[in-house]
Amino acid sequence: MTTPSKTPQTISRTTDLSEMEYKWGFVTDVDAEIAPKGLSEDTVRFISAKKNEPEWLLEWRLKAYRHWLTLQESDAEPKWAKVEYPPIDYQDMYYYSAPKSPEDGPKSMDEVDPELLEAFDKLGVPLHEREKLAGVAVDAVFDSVSVATTFADKLEELGIIFCSFNEAVQNHPELVKKYLGSVVPYTDNFFATLNSAVFSDGSFAYVPPGVKCPIELMTYFRINTEGSGQFERTLIIADKDAYVSYLEGCTAPIRRTSQLHAAVVELVALDDAEIKYSTVQNWFPGTKDGVGGVYNFVTKRGRADRNSKISWTQVETGSAITWKYPSVILRGDNSVGEFYSVALTNNHQQADTGTKMIHIGKNTKSTIVSKGISAGQGQNTYRGQVKIMPGAENSTNHTQCDSLLIGDRCGAHTVPYIEVQNPTAQLEHEASTSKVSDDQLFYLMQRGISEEEAHHMIITGWSRDVIRELPFEFAMEASQLLKVSLEGAVG
Amino acid sequence: MLEVTDLHAQVVDMEDGEILKGLSLKVNPGEVHAIMGPNGSGKSTFANVLAGRTDYEVTAGDIVFEGESILEAAPDERAHKGLFLAFQYPAEIPGVRPWQFLKAALDAKHEANGEKKLSVRDFSKLFDSKVDEVKINPDLMKRSLNEGFSGGEKKRNEMLQLAILEPTLAVLDETDSGLDVDAMRIVSDAVNALRSPDRSFILVTHYNRLLHHIKPDVVHVLVDGRLVETGGPELAEEVERDGYKRFLEEHAPASA
Repeated sequence: MTTPSKTPQTISRTTDLSEMEYKWGFVTDVDAEIAPKGLSEDTVRFISAKKNEPEWLLEWRLKAYRHWLTLQESDAEPKWAKVEYPPIDYQDMYYYSAPKSPEDGPKSMDEVDPELLEAFDKLGVPLHEREKLAGVAVDAVFDSVSVATTFADKLEELGIIFCSFNEAVQNHPELVKKYLGSVVPYTDNFFATLNSAVFSDGSFAYVPPGVKCPIELMTYFRINTEGSGQFERTLIIADKDAYVSYLEGCTAPIRRTSQLHAAVVELVALDDAEIKYSTVQNWFPGTKDGVGGVYNFVTKRGRADRNSKISWTQVETGSAITWKYPSVILRGDNSVGEFYSVALTNNHQQADTGTKMIHIGKNTKSTIVSKGISAGQGQNTYRGQVKIMPGAENSTNHTQCDSLLIGDRCGAHTVPYIEVQNPTAQLEHEASTSKVSDDQLFYLMQRGISEEEAHHMIITGWSRDVIRELPFEFAMEASQLLKVSLEGAVG
Repeated sequence: MLEVTDLHAQVVDMEDGEILKGLSLKVNPGEVHAIMGPNGSGKSTFANVLAGRTDYEVTAGDIVFEGESILEAAPDERAHKGLFLAFQYPAEIPGVRPWQFLKAALDAKHEANGEKKLSVRDFSKLFDSKVDEVKINPDLMKRSLNEGFSGGEKKRNEMLQLAILEPTLAVLDETDSGLDVDAMRIVSDAVNALRSPDRSFILVTHYNRLLHHIKPDVVHVLVDGRLVETGGPELAEEVERDGYKRFLEEHAPASA
């Protein structure tokens, strides 16, 4: 497999969720490195102060925090998903850790954990990305920086804003204030509420009216600090008749103990706009015996106005637990929502993922293609809701849910919720469950293809309807990820 | 080329499941052998055992291919050595294009034999010329491998793979079953075109039909897991005329 080179059509940023660049001077105790363990109003104030946030944002965080307390009292942590994990002690966690100075990181690739390097090799991660992902302190002149700068100029020319969430708060507060919480309110659900109170950083993108963003915007997220919860917040706005394709990836498996990751992503597609959002998620899945791994409790939702389109594509291979339902509120007439997903669970991984398509406008259309791959003792659940509201005349949904089982100790589950309140709606639901057959394997092997490669070919072929929705370089990476993630499960 | 000695094989872990009961066969380079037999005589089992299918286990005897025993070799290793099985029922592989599949197969073979892989451009040229040669509808090549192919199209696709992978020994398992006259001609033209002094064929078949188009050097009759008679094309003609009655009567398993 050749190493996919990064096309110049991509601009990428790396956001380290625990390293917050700090530029604007502190208001409170600047010497503290880490907020005291546990969650309290003080923690929230501390985080906000560290980030020099305006008063309204602190107030918003505090409202979320107070609401979260009531949720916790009423035991509102969602329990309906088909995932099992020991109770999370929210007081036994750090919610803020000081920015790590780059000097603390490895000085060169020679100092990086060889296991991590091996993983990069297998994944075909481009060299300069490897340095970033491994946290190597690199000179400011390395390749992608100049590339990024070239594109940053172009983006600026077009009026496109692409920066960290914290920078957006400082430099574009009016946009943040207008749209933050407009799609996922702080009261939305237990984990979204928690995120609203303590979110650390994330990405922000704004594309002005009529502008088609000419390049893919990409953020690599990584988790560094041990023992801290991770809460990123992403907000993407495509103004009227704008277009943007955004990629988020975490392609580095990072070893650690169980760790809570509760992110919120909000997409706003105004009239005639289109947002394509692609994710390749590979947080640490835990060991083969099910020790450690990331608990990935993520709320992702888009608002689709008139004639707009929101498309979610995800390849989920990491995390010990995935709890994630990227959704679209089809509130504008003729709006379109799409969800393409491959979720893979191996060893002791558990995934409960799917989508919600809420049809409000007339002639709204949604497509759901979900592919679940279970291996080892993995448990994979598709959970999806299609809701046709009374005013959604002539709306259509097509849902396809396929499960693939590898071995005989794993499980696949499909839980569709369909609610139709308008008789003109048309809904289709197809589901299938299959295994990689001996006939298929023998056929490929008879032609000279190794058993491992044969499995990989069958599985990526089976996932093709989803993978082809990804931008090319991401598709290569996703295909390699499927292969790496299944190591030990086949052959 | 191929020497099979006193081969016994059975379905894995199945008592009284012996299917091949002492099959011996020698194929020299360039020869075309036909193995004919009634249903249940072990024809397909033999083809699959040759290719290394793990549903069967060899309990006695040996298979020597190109001077080496291949009993311990995995199916892909046997393929790298030049063994090809044209399947009776080729598997469908959703989402995998024939081009991609064949490129991977040829690359694997070249790699295993320490040869240079073809560039994408060179492979594409080869692929297109062979698609043309076996007269397979190019539109089919845009679909998933064997998915939605008719029976005849699947067999043609097997011939395409045969033509591209250029094995030294090709085993055709009931390739003629379910073929109309035109498809039969395509298959036999492909095989005849590939006949050469270094390449051998084993045609496993129930009927003589295919043998009208591909003239075999040696014909064997397989009954109850053994080759009971060996001769020239006249043996195939006898089968066509009289069926397997005589062979069954003379060689049927000892009844209880």
